[in-house]
Amino acid sequence: MQHTSPIREPLITGGKTYHDITEDVCRQVEAGPNPRWAAAFGVALIGLAIFFYSVYRTLWFGIGEWGLNKTVGWAWDITNFVWWVGIGHAGTLISAVLLLFRQKWRSSINRAAEAMTIFAVICAAMFPVLHMGRPWLAYWVLPLPNTFGSLWVNFNSPLLWDVFAISTYFSVSLVFWYIGLVPDFATIRDRATGPIARRAYSFLSLGWTGSAKSWSRYETVSLILAGVATPLVLSVHTIVSMDFATSVIPGWHTTIFPPYFVAGAIFSGFAMVLTLMLITRVVFKLEDYITVGHVESMNKIIMTTGSIVGIAYTTEFFIAWYSGVTYEQYEFINRATGPYWWAYWTMMTCNVVTPQLFWFRKIRRSLVLTFIISIFVNIGMWFERFVIIVISLHRDYLPSSWAMFYPTWIDVGIYVGTFGLFFTLFFLFVKFFPVINMAEVKAILKSSSGVTQHGHHPHANVVHGAATDLNTNTKHSNE
Amino acid sequence: MQDRIKYWKGIEELENAPEFEKHARNEFPEFLPVNETNAEGASASGKTHRRDFLKLLGFSMAAVSLASCETPVRKAIPYLNKPVDLEPGVANWYASTFYQDGDYNSILVKTREGRPIKIEPNNQSALTSYGTSPKAQASLLGLYDNNRLRYPLIKNKEASWEKVDKEIASRLANVNGKVAFVSSTVISPSTKQLINEFGSRFGNFEHVMYDANSASGLLSANGGVIPGYDFSKASVIVSIGADFLGSWVAPIPFAKQYIQTRKVSSENPAMSRHYQFETRFSMTGANADVRVPIKPSEEAAVITAIYNAVTGSGAAAASVPNAATVTAAIKELQANRGKALVVAGSNDPGIQAMVTSINRALGAEGTTIDTAAPYYTKQGNDAQMIRLINEMNAGTVGAVLFYDANPVYNHPLAAKVASGIKKVNLTVSFADRANETAALVEYITPDNHYLESWNDFEPKKGYLSLAQPAINPIFTTRQMQDSLLVWSGSRTNYYDYIRNNWRKISTGDFNEFWDHTVHDGVLENGTSMLQVNTNVVATAPVIKAIKPTGIEAVLYEKAIGTGDMANNPWLQEMPDPISKATWGNYVAMPRGMAEEMQVVQGDVLKVTMANGGVIELPALVQPGQAAGTVSIAVGYGRKLESMPVAVGVGANAYPIATVVDNAVFFTGPVKLEKTNATSPIAQTQTHHTIMGRLIVQESTLNKYKADPKAVTEYVRVATHEGPAKPTTISLWDDYEYKDHHWGMVVDLNSCIGCNACVISCQAENNIPVVGKAEVLNRREMHWMRIDRYYSSDTNLESQDLGVVERYDKMEDPADNPSVIFQPMFCQHCNHAPCETVCPVAATMHSSEGLNQMAYNRCVGTRYCANNCPYKVRRFNWFAYPNNEKFVNINTTMQTDLGKMVLNPDVVVRARGVMEKCSFCVQRIQLGKLEAKRENRRPVDGEIQTACAQSCPTNALVFGDMLNPESKISKMLAHEQGERAFHVLEEINTQPNVTYLTKIRNLA
Repeated sequence: MQHTSPIREPLITGGKTYHDITEDVCRQVEAGPNPRWAAAFGVALIGLAIFFYSVYRTLWFGIGEWGLNKTVGWAWDITNFVWWVGIGHAGTLISAVLLLFRQKWRSSINRAAEAMTIFAVICAAMFPVLHMGRPWLAYWVLPLPNTFGSLWVNFNSPLLWDVFAISTYFSVSLVFWYIGLVPDFATIRDRATGPIARRAYSFLSLGWTGSAKSWSRYETVSLILAGVATPLVLSVHTIVSMDFATSVIPGWHTTIFPPYFVAGAIFSGFAMVLTLMLITRVVFKLEDYITVGHVESMNKIIMTTGSIVGIAYTTEFFIAWYSGVTYEQYEFINRATGPYWWAYWTMMTCNVVTPQLFWFRKIRRSLVLTFIISIFVNIGMWFERFVIIVISLHRDYLPSSWAMFYPTWIDVGIYVGTFGLFFTLFFLFVKFFPVINMAEVKAILKSSSGVTQHGHHPHANVVHGAATDLNTNTKHSNE
Repeated sequence: MQDRIKYWKGIEELENAPEFEKHARNEFPEFLPVNETNAEGASASGKTHRRDFLKLLGFSMAAVSLASCETPVRKAIPYLNKPVDLEPGVANWYASTFYQDGDYNSILVKTREGRPIKIEPNNQSALTSYGTSPKAQASLLGLYDNNRLRYPLIKNKEASWEKVDKEIASRLANVNGKVAFVSSTVISPSTKQLINEFGSRFGNFEHVMYDANSASGLLSANGGVIPGYDFSKASVIVSIGADFLGSWVAPIPFAKQYIQTRKVSSENPAMSRHYQFETRFSMTGANADVRVPIKPSEEAAVITAIYNAVTGSGAAAASVPNAATVTAAIKELQANRGKALVVAGSNDPGIQAMVTSINRALGAEGTTIDTAAPYYTKQGNDAQMIRLINEMNAGTVGAVLFYDANPVYNHPLAAKVASGIKKVNLTVSFADRANETAALVEYITPDNHYLESWNDFEPKKGYLSLAQPAINPIFTTRQMQDSLLVWSGSRTNYYDYIRNNWRKISTGDFNEFWDHTVHDGVLENGTSMLQVNTNVVATAPVIKAIKPTGIEAVLYEKAIGTGDMANNPWLQEMPDPISKATWGNYVAMPRGMAEEMQVVQGDVLKVTMANGGVIELPALVQPGQAAGTVSIAVGYGRKLESMPVAVGVGANAYPIATVVDNAVFFTGPVKLEKTNATSPIAQTQTHHTIMGRLIVQESTLNKYKADPKAVTEYVRVATHEGPAKPTTISLWDDYEYKDHHWGMVVDLNSCIGCNACVISCQAENNIPVVGKAEVLNRREMHWMRIDRYYSSDTNLESQDLGVVERYDKMEDPADNPSVIFQPMFCQHCNHAPCETVCPVAATMHSSEGLNQMAYNRCVGTRYCANNCPYKVRRFNWFAYPNNEKFVNINTTMQTDLGKMVLNPDVVVRARGVMEKCSFCVQRIQLGKLEAKRENRRPVDGEIQTACAQSCPTNALVFGDMLNPESKISKMLAHEQGERAFHVLEEINTQPNVTYLTKIRNLA
């Protein structure tokens, strides 16, 4: 048994038992759709419809339906791509990195976070295909044998590295997530009453028996996959950042992008996890599993990565001045004072100022403020990518080609549409899949719930107040 | 292996009974009604097993459906009787001539499979060799114009030629009153003679010539001809309002002459000094060393000052604007007698008479003016035309025939012309469509396009040229000259008529002479044939003072010229050299006026003219526009069904022109009022200054003379071993070129900004036209562009401003900026940023130095365009061919007729594909192939890119840098370290395109 320090906050509050955990999580899956869920799902479907219409316009008429031009060849498409991919990084970090670091607080959020990653990567993957002029030939980026003499793809190209990175990321995340889901599907299968439910969940649970051997294998596979997925947290966004870093455009051509982007990705990902979890935990009554402590830990990560991003901004600015390269210097002056100054200052306020608020414990532990700040963080990160892409492109080397970029309704429609896609998938997930990893939460119940288990750690009784009372079912109030 | 207990299935097995053995292998011992069709016993009974039946069914279905999926079969039908000289795939070249509104070009027409697809310069002509104007390049589209009339019209209804001929011939025979033949300038000796012969039948006949952009003042001051200006002999050129490089008198010959005085080399660092006093910012003004903005009403004062100083007379003059500059100009003129030239664009005969006297006093006649060879390119007589208009209204004109004339549109007395036409009994027009004038006449007998016609020309005395048809007339049109012959009752056709005419000047065997001349296209041995009326009363050098009234508007010709070519999408989309605006005209106003009126660019202004007419046009802030003046281009504002490309584009500014003393002035007073509307101007460039970057380099002649190696700043990169050339710092292995290494040199001193290269490239490479809306979205498809940079008063070193403010002010051009043109196109970088980033390897480097673009492979991620620092790549945002969105915009790719102009050697790109300059790889390959067939290397100059071939000033030199004898190699060897530089050298793209620093002759 692990020793848990008596001064640590319990990770599971409310005096839960194993059965409670099963009930609390499976109840949502087994119950009929609640009206709030249905309304939200309806809105998501509208978003999905917007997505389909905007995609139809793009595919049928051409990229001319967007606001791009010969100077600004990428704008909302790649901004959205990087934004969605970045968001996905939180899930992988929580699932993989925190597993390797043995952070037990990851157990209640890792399933939903990993789901968010997968759905975010799905949304992200839409863009590299849709932004192509001839997307029906998108398979040409794959190094498959062909009849063109076998023509290879161009391995020098960062866009090609993206293909490998994103597809690896997606497949590893999917496998990792799914393997984690198997025992929980088995639990639901065992409890299932309706014929469809029983068939579906037994199909999904792959015949899980719950034997000791299976659990042992489960633990091993999780560790291996965590080991495989951990480098992805760093490598995927590094490669995405190289879409810009390997180019010659001022504002793109900088070596700080890989760590800067990775930090930014984790930053925005955790913010999105918080946005989603703060709502989910209330709607699904999972406050005992996703506690203020969890929120605070995530906010600490947000603060750290946000500070790294802030330092990266400062470094970029310093290097622009120190290098003496007029193009780079102008790029930064243009960002702050040019026609898109409002995007730049939105980015700065949201990304540099807001995470610093988390130095204050009160703010870190305030759920309302955390929710608001998490939205701002994501807004800020969207503008960061917009600033990097559009501002660098719209005024680069030759002033004769300087041009403005204005989005069209189709640009906006595709972005709003990906929200529709994301939330459609997410709401389907929360309805039909167990949102919390029951098995892992049960594994930490004895050590981290603050509830005395029989015959162990009598000291725990002394320090914790109400939690020691086994008979009461009081929940910890939010401090 | 353990001992396994064997369980018997029955006694039979234990006993190994034979029946048991027999049935042991059968899984089903009972007889099953299933035929065995396994390998051991293939059934020959013919009954198909169920599974086999399904297999056969499935296979047959698949085979049948696959067999029915064929790739579409395209039928190619070979000639049964091959037309003479027509090899499919091989081009035929015909010499011809393009002439319109003074723009004369001797050309070669490239035809493929019997249809013209490209215009090139005819290098046999001394006047216009090696160069074409943008209008000449674009004139090809007029042949394939879907809105041309295909048959004659009587009262706007289709008629047959027989009927038309019968009616007109009989009505002409019985005409009552004057017969007038109204045309623009006719420089064809045979045509003029024919018209006169046609008219000799009538008691009262007049051939009236008038030009929409009139030079009648110049003519009346010089004996009815334009002096034989020769800019190549001038060391000092002073122009007062004459845009001689763009639209004045004879732009191409003048450009070729002028540029000879502007090219410099370290052996011969001599340049002319060019002063330009003008109102609007013209292309010529952009090339001048000293440019002074003056109002039209101030032209007289400037010229009088020069006149007084140079001829010693004391003509009365108002105060001279910019007196110091005028004095400096006068001083230089006087110091360079015999090498000086003064020209003026005004239509005031008094001003032109003064200019003639000035030139005479400066000893120009015989040196910078070839008195033996005047120009004939403008012969329009304003007074004659105005008199005719009055006569038409008085009812004394019985018949009027309009040839290449549209006075209801482009004459300031348009309303009177329209009313006059109503009073004329017989009205005929030879226009190719129902234009504003032709719509009012009774008979429209459409003329052939010039590419379908025989004709002769004499633009300058002693310089003759011919035009021959490059294609049979596509429609049932007929040459004007043939119509006149028919109506005169003659049996000759015009071809024979020309030949008969030319017999007079032929030497030796006529047929040989004729064939030779038709082949060459020109005869420039001093023989002259054109009859010109030189019986003109000399004008006195007396100028009437023009009282400046309010805002003075100046009219000028833009890309589409006087408006006849308004239906030409290539010209509509051609960016104006100075304003970079396309698809429309606008009110170009000085910044001070805009600030005063609180007008920003794009605000629609109500322009009220002197005659009460009102038009609405957007404002454009033009640096260098003279204070208190505006300039507006003519040719726009068409409302005709027969000009759908031009409908809704701009407004008609011709009514602003004023008539003073029977002379048409392209200036007039206007009143401007703000409206609340906005109409954005589609510019291809919206940032106009260099922002302190080393993209273009310029220096002064004095510095160049002092040290040719000090005029170009070469960027060095700091390394631990000291400053190094950027090209020496590289991680990559460089390409080895073994056979050819193609490159180009752009001489910034020679580029005048005319955009002929842009149109030539568009014609050669099937580049689509995208229309105003897409140009506003910054998506024009031109592979090459001429960047125009204004100078700014603020630069990076201005210490009195903070950094942010400095950059902000650097975006503002100076009030009277100097201008530099930079042709920009794919630099074919050896370290191309675009090549590395394409995920599917659609763009790669050739073994001869070209950056290649494989359209078929491109999936359209646009990373290459993003990574190109020169921004020369173009993306197909929509499908431009066969797309109703671009009907009447991209006319070369919508109808079968329009598609005839497409170059079959170049792919038409699909939607979603990236394209860019290819160094005309199709021409390179053709040149190499032809040389290989003849077992030799390509000769330098044989392979020319479209842009380099069409440049009238030879600013672009293309060639093989591995050939030490080629022009480009010699130029590069010579200018290395002196004027040669690469754009953005510091990022180590190693382009194959080299630029030569611009040298200005500043005081």
